[in-house]
Amino acid sequence: MTDRPSWAPQGIDLTVPSVSRVYDYFLGGSHNFEVDREAARVALKAFPGIPKIGQANRAVMRRAVQFAVDRGIRQFLDIGSGIPTFGNVHEVAQAAAPGARVMYVDNDPVAVAHSKAVLADNPDAAIAAADLRDPRSILEHPETRRLLDLDQPIALMLVAVVHFLPDADRPAEIIATLRDALAPGSVMVITHATLLGPTPQAQRGVQEAYQRTTTPLLMRTAAELEPFFDGFDLVEPGIVPLPHWRPDSPVTEDDDTAALHGLAGVGLKA
Amino acid sequence: MTAGPAAADGGGDHGPDHDAYSNLRRFVTIWCRAIYSVTATSMTRGEFEAHLIPQAAVLREALRAERFDPRPAVGVGAALVDAHCTDPEALPSILGVIDAYLVLYCSPGDDLPADQARIRCSRLQHAVAVGFSQALRERTLAEQESLSRAALGAQAEAERALAASEAKFRAVFEGAAVGIGIADMDGNVVEINQAAARMFGGEAHIRRRNVRDWVHPENDPAIRGLNGELMRGERDGYHIEKAYMRADGSVLWANLQVTLLAEAAGPPQYQLALLEDITERRGLLQRLRHQATHDALTGLPNRALFFERLDQALDPDGTVTRIGLCYLDLDGFKTVNDSLGHAVGDRLLVDVAERLRECLTSPDQLVARIGGDEFVALYTDPPGLTAVTDLATRILDALARPVTLDGRDLRVHGSIGIVYGPVGSRGAADVLRSADITMYRAKELGGNRYEVADPDADARAITRHGLTNRLPEALERGEFFVEYQPLIGLENGAVLGAEALVRWGHPVHGVLGPDQFIPLAESTGQIVPLGRWVLEQAARQARTWQSEHPGAGRPPRVNVNLSPIQLHHRDLVAEVAGVLDETGLPPGSLCLEVTESALIGADEDALKPLRRIADLGVAIALDDFGTGYSNLSSLRWLPVSVLKLDRAFTRGMRRHPADPVDLKIVEGIVSLAHSLDLTVTVEGVETRAQAEHLRALGCDHGQGWYYARPGPPEALHRLSLADAG
Ligand SMILES: C[S@@+](CC[C@H](N)C(=O)[O-])C[C@H]1O[C@@H](n2cnc3c(N)ncnc32)[C@H](O)[C@@H]1O
Repeated sequence: MTDRPSWAPQGIDLTVPSVSRVYDYFLGGSHNFEVDREAARVALKAFPGIPKIGQANRAVMRRAVQFAVDRGIRQFLDIGSGIPTFGNVHEVAQAAAPGARVMYVDNDPVAVAHSKAVLADNPDAAIAAADLRDPRSILEHPETRRLLDLDQPIALMLVAVVHFLPDADRPAEIIATLRDALAPGSVMVITHATLLGPTPQAQRGVQEAYQRTTTPLLMRTAAELEPFFDGFDLVEPGIVPLPHWRPDSPVTEDDDTAALHGLAGVGLKA
Repeated sequence: MTAGPAAADGGGDHGPDHDAYSNLRRFVTIWCRAIYSVTATSMTRGEFEAHLIPQAAVLREALRAERFDPRPAVGVGAALVDAHCTDPEALPSILGVIDAYLVLYCSPGDDLPADQARIRCSRLQHAVAVGFSQALRERTLAEQESLSRAALGAQAEAERALAASEAKFRAVFEGAAVGIGIADMDGNVVEINQAAARMFGGEAHIRRRNVRDWVHPENDPAIRGLNGELMRGERDGYHIEKAYMRADGSVLWANLQVTLLAEAAGPPQYQLALLEDITERRGLLQRLRHQATHDALTGLPNRALFFERLDQALDPDGTVTRIGLCYLDLDGFKTVNDSLGHAVGDRLLVDVAERLRECLTSPDQLVARIGGDEFVALYTDPPGLTAVTDLATRILDALARPVTLDGRDLRVHGSIGIVYGPVGSRGAADVLRSADITMYRAKELGGNRYEVADPDADARAITRHGLTNRLPEALERGEFFVEYQPLIGLENGAVLGAEALVRWGHPVHGVLGPDQFIPLAESTGQIVPLGRWVLEQAARQARTWQSEHPGAGRPPRVNVNLSPIQLHHRDLVAEVAGVLDETGLPPGSLCLEVTESALIGADEDALKPLRRIADLGVAIALDDFGTGYSNLSSLRWLPVSVLKLDRAFTRGMRRHPADPVDLKIVEGIVSLAHSLDLTVTVEGVETRAQAEHLRALGCDHGQGWYYARPGPPEALHRLSLADAG
């Protein structure tokens, strides 16, 4: 992939399930094709709680955006933004702070095309087709430059995307590159799949399901996520299961335990 | 039913509205609890509850309405779908809560009979279900449609980008100045650009060919296996200079870079060749290199190339184990050059060079011109010494035929020094010096021959060689000086003058006599400045003697030797006149001695300068008379006034009785000389007996150890004083 000249586009193969469309299916959306649903069903069979994780993930994302807005942040860089469904970052942010600017980035051309359509009338939000593994191409993207002022604090959203980067891609270095471009006062939000809950077997089932996509999934523990926050101060309560990150209301038993299988953490760049 | 919420509505401080509202809230709380967990919303539970209140209110109003109309409930189903309650499993929960609690919490009370309420509730559930299903179907369709549009858009975008990149690639491919060729893994050419077609002189020439077909004799065999290694994955690519056959048969030299092309992560499918036409650059470089390494006149390799090859051959890490080297110096070339001019000399060299080239019989032999008339033949790994001496013989034979230029036959001979031996510790300069020295040895042995170097002979010749090279410097540094040997009048024993004899006070070898360096000076042409210098010295000295002995009989005169080379020097006459002028020496006090061999056979042109000098009043002596085979009758035509008899004639007179034949000969010569008005001087007078005989035979002057050895000018002074006294 890196051998391709930068102007050579990535081909689109709709016969291979895509992470963003599978995720959309988990969220109850219909922005998906049968191959995606098929892959999703395989994963669901292994671990039926996945949609709850997705839901909890979206909820954490919403709370984290609110957290950033409360801190006065009006700019968002959402990498791995996926297919817009409901409660997207720009909706939450712009509802809380009209005029907030949101830059979306995804490497899935269908997700990008869909986002373009959704954002067509929104002057304060845009989408770029770029890859997290090439962070400079994101920072230097003309749309990023146009929309965001990196001299001012931003919220960097890495929501349910870092778990698609194997260690070989050196995720810590990628994040450090992004971090170095951030102004002090910026926040970084990471949510990530974790081993916590399901049995190893179920775990393997989910991972196998993702093997079918172009982007296999990786589980990491809270300790393994810590290095990603290098250069950030983790805000309370640290890296915790999704529902435990600054919940709106006390977590009750009838909240699905499946959501514990995702981790969330927010760092503040000093 | 007593504990039912409807009953509670009636009492306490709460108004009916408030009670109705809190009942509605209760319904919503239950409803929310039932469906929140199957709803994929990011709303919090509280938000979701708040979101459900208007929907519950719609249901309540419909339930309570005077005229029942279930249609608003359709909107409730749709609103739930809008709130991402899209899981089909959610519907039973949604309806279940309505069924169980709507009438309980939202009934208008006694206004509506219980069975009516039930029927209404059922119909509302139905309406909600319809709304839900419809909305879900619409939403699904909408999302599918938007997704498909996005996918199509993305695909179109990707295709556009692909087309754009393809177009860019095409533009780059076709417009590139470098040649680009693509071949499959079997070597079949599938694609070439215009530049490549141009380079090869036509597209048809390369299309549908196989890269393996391109063999060219000029290519290094070492590059042959490269493509195979590439195909077998033993290398990623290669970069070489390669020769190709153009369509018209001429050679194309290309700077070639070949790499493999693979789709994404798959195995390589194509080989990509980038070609840069370097034919001209290479030609130019070769021309430049040829110019830098070849002699412009003869076209032979020059000194630089010769040394390059010799260094290569001598490299202990190289492949050569033995070398043979022939160092050739042309005998007589200098004379041609001096007498016939450079143009002729140059043509002679060109001819010689051509002959030398023809002497080479295999590619391991090289002949180079390394100096004016010096050539070397280098033979790498000769089979034996004989092979090298054969080469030398071929060279000598080639030179044996005279060179005909403008109808004139010019003869040049060669002297060759051969070095032969294993490659070892010797450096190129060392080897060449040894060959040079050996060549001199061949020259000394008469020339027109070769000699093979041996270390002893080298040692002997080294001095000679060194001397030759040092001559010009020695003259500049004043290392030469002149000694004088008195000339005695045999009649009365008076000192008449002296012969000037040049010496070299060599800083290393001590005082050297003329026979040790004059031939060298002659062979290098250095004799001209040296002879001029001696003439000046001698004339000045004679003038000094004369001023020191005014009026003491005849003024002392001085004899100076003239080399045949000087005789051919065109400024000779002017120089002699100039020296006489400068020193104020009367011409009659100068005698120039010329060897017999230089004059015999000389034509009138060659004698002309001598006649001019004689015309000045300068005496000319025929030196070493009797050694050649001179035609005595020719003496009358020569501008000569003195005969100097060679010492060979006096040898037989050293003792009494003298050799009668010698006596007879000398007597005859003397009488002939006198009859031609020539004075006779005898050299090598060593004994009193000789002196007596010679006087008796009528010789005029004598010279030799019997009277005095050559010595400093003051010695003559003392001698003549003694003589006077
Ligand atoms: C699970 S979705 C997350 C969407 C959204 N951030 C959320 O949490 O709801 C992951 C998204 O990340 C994208 N993605 C995966 N690897 C990526 C990469 N290396 N660079 C950019 N996007 C990537 C996928 O295309 C997909 O849309």
